[in-house]
Amino acid sequence: MRRLMNLAPRPGIRLLLGLLPFVLIAFIYVAASAERRAVNPDDKLLPPVSEMVAAANRLAFEPDRRSGEYVLWSDTAASLRRLALGLGIATAIGLTVGLGIGVLPLVGATLAPLVGVLSMVPPMAILPILFIVFGLGELSKVVLILIGVTPFLIRDLALTISALPPEQLVKAQTLGASTWQVAIRVVLPQIMPRLIEAVRLSIGPAFLFLIAAEAIASDVGLGYRIFLVRRYLAMDIILPYVAWITLLAFLMDWALATLARRAFGFAYVTERR
Amino acid sequence: MSSTIAFRDVWVEYGDQIVLERLNLTIAAGTFVSLVGPSGAGKSTMLRMLLGQERPSRGEIMLDGVPMGHEPGPDRGVVFQRYSVFPHLTVLGNVLLGFEFAASPVTGRLFGVARRNAIAECHRLIDEVGLSEHRDKYPYALSGGMQQRLAIAQAIAKKPKVLLLDEPFGALDPGTRAQMHELIRFLWRDCGMTVVMVTHDIKEAFALGTRLIALDKKRVDPQAPGRFGAIITYDLDLTRDSAVPVLGFTKPLSKAGSAPHQGAQEGVRP
Repeated sequence: MRRLMNLAPRPGIRLLLGLLPFVLIAFIYVAASAERRAVNPDDKLLPPVSEMVAAANRLAFEPDRRSGEYVLWSDTAASLRRLALGLGIATAIGLTVGLGIGVLPLVGATLAPLVGVLSMVPPMAILPILFIVFGLGELSKVVLILIGVTPFLIRDLALTISALPPEQLVKAQTLGASTWQVAIRVVLPQIMPRLIEAVRLSIGPAFLFLIAAEAIASDVGLGYRIFLVRRYLAMDIILPYVAWITLLAFLMDWALATLARRAFGFAYVTERR
Repeated sequence: MSSTIAFRDVWVEYGDQIVLERLNLTIAAGTFVSLVGPSGAGKSTMLRMLLGQERPSRGEIMLDGVPMGHEPGPDRGVVFQRYSVFPHLTVLGNVLLGFEFAASPVTGRLFGVARRNAIAECHRLIDEVGLSEHRDKYPYALSGGMQQRLAIAQAIAKKPKVLLLDEPFGALDPGTRAQMHELIRFLWRDCGMTVVMVTHDIKEAFALGTRLIALDKKRVDPQAPGRFGAIITYDLDLTRDSAVPVLGFTKPLSKAGSAPHQGAQEGVRP
């Protein structure tokens, strides 16, 4: 009898095993929903799938009676715009400052302690300050994502750079490289895969900050909608929205992973020796 | 094409621990120096000082009579035991990098005709170290020996006057190591550099070097282990025509043909 730790599933079995929990959860949901409906025909807590599909169809493909907009799409566009701005600017700042801290000891000595302290500030605690300073518009939401994600990116990149073998940096200098050339030809290409990974890890927190900001002050957006319909206990809208947000996050993650593998293949090959 | 290296009264101390004591050494241009000694005797410290990674606590190091700059530069090439090549570049990209650094300060890249010319030069170097079939592979796809060949090609691309080798063949199997010895001997004669090689392999030190320098701590104070540093305990000239009567090894270069060896000797004694 082989040890349990040595038993690995074949590819087909692996797929089935992976699907199993999803099927189980779906089954439990459908059963529980039917149960509650049987007891109380007006139950709102666990709406049947048919109602959720109807609600999703209404929000996605019928114009809103008041504003004339397709609610799901306008919410999605607004949220994704904030998210892209926040994550994009955070990535740019994270890369620049992380590279500076990692490559230049003078910049590291100056900024690393500051970044270390800033990364400990809970972003949600200063959300009121952001609303006061930047108003209730788009800016405060983008800045919240920025503040939440940037320190992590900076520290992660600086750590990645400090893990590069010092031999490489010395070797580059013996090949005549200037500081700038070392940064762009030796360090930058080697930290790009990690940058993309760090951004992937940041998608979750970025959505958290986005939805929190939208829940508190907004007039459009995925988080705004969820917290709006919460008042009517409209689980038939909330659940599809959550599924939709999950799908968006999953697709972003997958796109970044694919990009990293395509563009920086060298980083994903396990060493042969 | 090669440089004279001179250590003048060099001391290295870390806190109250003395690593190297009053090091006085002149290495003639074109010499192949093998640096041996037990661990902790300061071999690598000496090499790091030559690289410019570390400064002597006292004294100075002269390169062709001029005090050496205290940072690594293109006049001194290096091959480390590991991590000498860039994992994100192909074989060609690794060799090309030196040319790109020299020619393009802003982008660090070459384009068009300049790039094609540099690539032609790189192809010659890659052929010389026997990697022409692997030109477009990344380092992870190369064996340890091939990675060191690449590191050597990369280091000599900039035609350094001094080549520093830090246990370059230490991680290789004996067969590969013998091939690498042939390669480095050929390149040393061909380019006429001054070579300083740190090694743990005594046989290798005798086989390759024209001069062997052994570092060791002669004096040890049991109450204060850091009180005395290492000094040069042996300084052997391996270019004499007679067999070197140490440890039973015969002089290696004589059988390889005397003409190139004579050239090296002329370099040693200007």
